[in-house]
Amino acid sequence: MRKEWLARIVVIVLVALALAIPLTAWWVRSQESVIHGRMAETGGWTPENLTVEVGQPLHLRLTSDDVTHGFAVGQSDQPPVDVIPGEMTDVTLTFDKPGKYTFYCTRWCSVNHWRMRGTIEVTGPDTVVEPVKPPLYVTLGLDIDADHHAEVVPERKPSATLGAQLGVDIPIEYQSQDYYRSHSPVELWQDLREESHLSGLSDQEIWDLMALVWQSNTTSQALKKGQQLYKTNCAACHGETGAGDGVFADQLDQPQTGEHTGMQAGEMTTRPIDFTDPGHMLSASPAHLQGKILRGGMGTGMPYWGPIFTDEQTWALVAYLWTFQFKLEN
Amino acid sequence: MNKSQEITWEERISGGKGDRIKPARFALPQRIDLYHISGIRPLLESRWPQFLLRALTLAGFIFTIFAGLFGSRVGSHNFSIIFVWIAWWTALKLVFIPLGGRSWCSVCPIPLPGEWLQQGGILDKGTRRFGLNLRWPKRLKGSWLQSGGFLLIGLFSALTLTDTRLTAWILLGLFGLAFVLSVVFERRAFCSYICPIGGFSGIYAKTAPVEVRVIDTAICTTHSEKTCYQNCSWGLYPVALRDSAQCGLCMECLRSCPQDNIAFNLRPFGSDLGQVHLSRHLDEAFLALVMLGSALVFSAVFIGPWGGLKSAAFAIGSTPWLLYGLAFLTLNLVVIPSFFALAVWSGERWSASKIQLRQAIASQSQVLLPLGLFAWIAFTISFALPKMNYVLSVISDPLGWGWNLLGTANTTWSPDVSAFSSILQVSLLMVGLFWSASIARRLAIRNSSPDYRQALPTLAFCLVFSVVMLWLLVG
Repeated sequence: MRKEWLARIVVIVLVALALAIPLTAWWVRSQESVIHGRMAETGGWTPENLTVEVGQPLHLRLTSDDVTHGFAVGQSDQPPVDVIPGEMTDVTLTFDKPGKYTFYCTRWCSVNHWRMRGTIEVTGPDTVVEPVKPPLYVTLGLDIDADHHAEVVPERKPSATLGAQLGVDIPIEYQSQDYYRSHSPVELWQDLREESHLSGLSDQEIWDLMALVWQSNTTSQALKKGQQLYKTNCAACHGETGAGDGVFADQLDQPQTGEHTGMQAGEMTTRPIDFTDPGHMLSASPAHLQGKILRGGMGTGMPYWGPIFTDEQTWALVAYLWTFQFKLEN
Repeated sequence: MNKSQEITWEERISGGKGDRIKPARFALPQRIDLYHISGIRPLLESRWPQFLLRALTLAGFIFTIFAGLFGSRVGSHNFSIIFVWIAWWTALKLVFIPLGGRSWCSVCPIPLPGEWLQQGGILDKGTRRFGLNLRWPKRLKGSWLQSGGFLLIGLFSALTLTDTRLTAWILLGLFGLAFVLSVVFERRAFCSYICPIGGFSGIYAKTAPVEVRVIDTAICTTHSEKTCYQNCSWGLYPVALRDSAQCGLCMECLRSCPQDNIAFNLRPFGSDLGQVHLSRHLDEAFLALVMLGSALVFSAVFIGPWGGLKSAAFAIGSTPWLLYGLAFLTLNLVVIPSFFALAVWSGERWSASKIQLRQAIASQSQVLLPLGLFAWIAFTISFALPKMNYVLSVISDPLGWGWNLLGTANTTWSPDVSAFSSILQVSLLMVGLFWSASIARRLAIRNSSPDYRQALPTLAFCLVFSVVMLWLLVG
């Protein structure tokens, strides 16, 4: 009987150890800030809302429960990090300004990849709510959801270099940033076409002048920055070449099936815009494109990037989008 | 100095002198009775070594369930997935079964709580058995339910093998089911009739080089208490053992025999095979065929290049999965059994045998066992060995919580079998095929009317299976 009791004690001790070790570890771990990433369809980030005080370091342990995700904080200089399945990635964030920041996934994890977002609320004793400045498309009163189509399109891709080689003067009012941002390429082309001193130029040469104006409103650095942003955030749907044929394009375009979940591909989504289509692009102003980027496309599946991109990043991205229509680089 | 120390090693293994080890006991040819080797006997005679292993596997099992439920959901970083489906599943097919038959069953933790409750103690057996102790329904006897269980594994395999929570719930479910059945039915009803792994281990245990057998049946016939049967957790009477399919190697019969008349033999591989069956029960034949079909499907899903098939097997409940399930069940329930029955029928007709078809199928199904075992081993070489780095990784970080307990969490080394896996797999399948052929030959010789033509269609069936398996593995 003594051996029997000894055996029972052995069983109890081993089973208790089998439970106690992970339970203790679980408790210790619950004291850490671990953020789990999952595809948006199965939960996204958990937890998705964090708070921290200004100037206080926020230590995060990031892990993925399914596929590789990325982690970045919108409108900050924090470089993105990969979040590997089953591994821990440590990140420390410090915010010097109060506000509500958005963290998001930077890897194309699923068709709903852009929905993987969470917020970090940064509070401080001197929290001042800055007045919200309305975006340009609101100020201009643009209806960015209205259909638009260019009546005239160039025969070939307009070239800023060829425009410069013409050696003609372009009225200064067309070269201002305000004009550039608030007018579509077709509007500029029409304005230039009506200029008497340019009447000797062909339609295509006017398009080249138009490209020159667009080029003068950006820089090589901005185009590079825009290209990087585009590849990271837009190409999944719009495609590397801008033709609206990214890896998720077909899923977004498929007919809706099943019940409304808000997560199914094809549900309230449409095929991504083709940036190489001159009819569509040449009738949109930079303010229009910026509005779409900031607000997203209602009922199309186009995400809103307002909380992610800085103003400078948004305009850089807009500038890059024109490269699908114009030759802007020298 | 006691008597066992006075006899020589040769005498011990051949049943030399002494009052407990008699020459007459070396009844079966080509056997080495391990139980009567003094260095080994204490390990088997005492319940403690086996108990300690069981206690460790039980603790490991509970930890596995916990890891599955609460650890990382990433299978490659969770102890439950890696240890159940990579480490244990590999060990079972490469070590436990080929070398030890149902040796895993002797330390399996799943039935232990129920069994201990049933017998009223862990080491000591109480005077009264706890529970209803009902007999298992006669209609449910055999390995039909085990075959069904294995088919269920196949249907849900893609998800089960990757989903930590599901794996944990399955283990918990098996644990609970075994416990409930122990309370309701006598002995190891769960292990004998339900557990799919028990069925898998059981039929291939016939090929293994170990067995528990009575030494001198005459002694048993005069022993009225039948203590071996009374103490056998599996409800087996050792004298009646014709093969090792049902024996779970619990060793209780050896411990309880007052005449020391039971041996734990090392024997030639496949000693149980090649006997003409008098039985017309087809459950084991069906199980053997399900094992072949499952090996094919597992190879196609987990090793094959067809992403669509993999996705279909994974998308439980979807239309592609239903089609996959239909194809899987059709293959296992209709196509393979039909072709095998046709092969056996052809052999019988060709050889003008007078054996009934059911009996012939039951007998000829033995031919499938070596090939089936080696097909599973060949599959494992490709499937599991390249993932062995995960075993080292999860030892250091069993819950996928970013630990590095032993410094092996970031191990990337795995056995690199890519250079020779094709040759190895072809060789393994060839060994299985030739072994199956030798069993077919043995059956043909032992038949009442020896005729090799009887074996040829069955061998053709095996050859076709081998070619398909090779195509899936290395094609």
